[in-house]
Amino acid sequence: MKAYILILLLCLSPLASAIDSRQFANPEQQQAYEELTSELRCLVCQNQTIADSNAELAGDLRRQVQEMLEQGKSRDDIVTFMTDRYGDFVLYKPPFKLKTGLLWVGPVAFLLLGLLAIVLVIRHKKTAVTDATIGTTPEKLAKIRRLLDEGEHS
Amino acid sequence: MVDRRINSATKMLKYLIPLILFIIMAIFLAIGLNLKPNEIPSPLLNKPAPAFAAAKLQAPEQKLTNTDLLGQVWLLNVWASWCVSCRAEHPVLNQLAQQNAVMMVGLNYKDDPANAQHWLESLGNPYSVSIMDQDGRIGLDWGVYGVPETFVMDKKGLVRYKHTGPVTMSDVQAVFLPLIAQLQAEAP
Repeated sequence: MKAYILILLLCLSPLASAIDSRQFANPEQQQAYEELTSELRCLVCQNQTIADSNAELAGDLRRQVQEMLEQGKSRDDIVTFMTDRYGDFVLYKPPFKLKTGLLWVGPVAFLLLGLLAIVLVIRHKKTAVTDATIGTTPEKLAKIRRLLDEGEHS
Repeated sequence: MVDRRINSATKMLKYLIPLILFIIMAIFLAIGLNLKPNEIPSPLLNKPAPAFAAAKLQAPEQKLTNTDLLGQVWLLNVWASWCVSCRAEHPVLNQLAQQNAVMMVGLNYKDDPANAQHWLESLGNPYSVSIMDQDGRIGLDWGVYGVPETFVMDKKGLVRYKHTGPVTMSDVQAVFLPLIAQLQAEAP
């Protein structure tokens, strides 16, 4: 029983401990802060958001986000500030541009390609089956008929 | 006869498909292995160097600003005494400094000034001047995410090149010196 309670508590612990939680007077700013820090990438440990990362740079970026929010800057201002310095790479969700086109269109293109392949395979199979049942050439058909006729006569 | 030949050809093709798929996959994996995800292209390239006004490491009462450097080719090297790869890079910077090819500015990033001073005294000082960025704000403006990083600015104050990670002697020969020569030849 004790073990189960312990496991339960351990499961809850990530909820309780954000790496460095910051308090805002204004709940909207608080929400914007939470959202922004979980959309910006830590550039040192590239698969973590700055909300999750313990790296020093992530701390600096969190501080920057907080300061800008407190100055009354909008979300867009902050995102622009970050991309001006670190490029689109700092965003977990890159904007749709010529450069990132393949990233966005790629999966859909592969899905369509796959569907096309399935359709082609099914069609090919269907024609193969009909060929086999109907037979191939009129000469062969004539021969079959003749052989059948002969069979009946004998 | 002809039918059979076509049949065997399509059969061969069927066996070849996995091989072709494997080759395509291998090509993509090879490209992936050779990418350097740590080198993030800088959005600062060909844009004006970010403005700063920072205290000099060796004379904290004096400040250096980006406008002080206009009209000359200069290099900004981001370094710190706590940075291990900076130690590997340092002799290369010393050698580059000896050539007097370019004005070298050091950005002492998130460092303790006493440690930084000691570093320059014991390993040699390749910089014409080093400025302090103890809280990392200048670094943030320059998009610094890993130390060492090196930027080259032209006479108009535009960022023309960024190198992430320690500069090696072959980088100096193949990239930095030719670029610096080219920028020195440009009109101010």
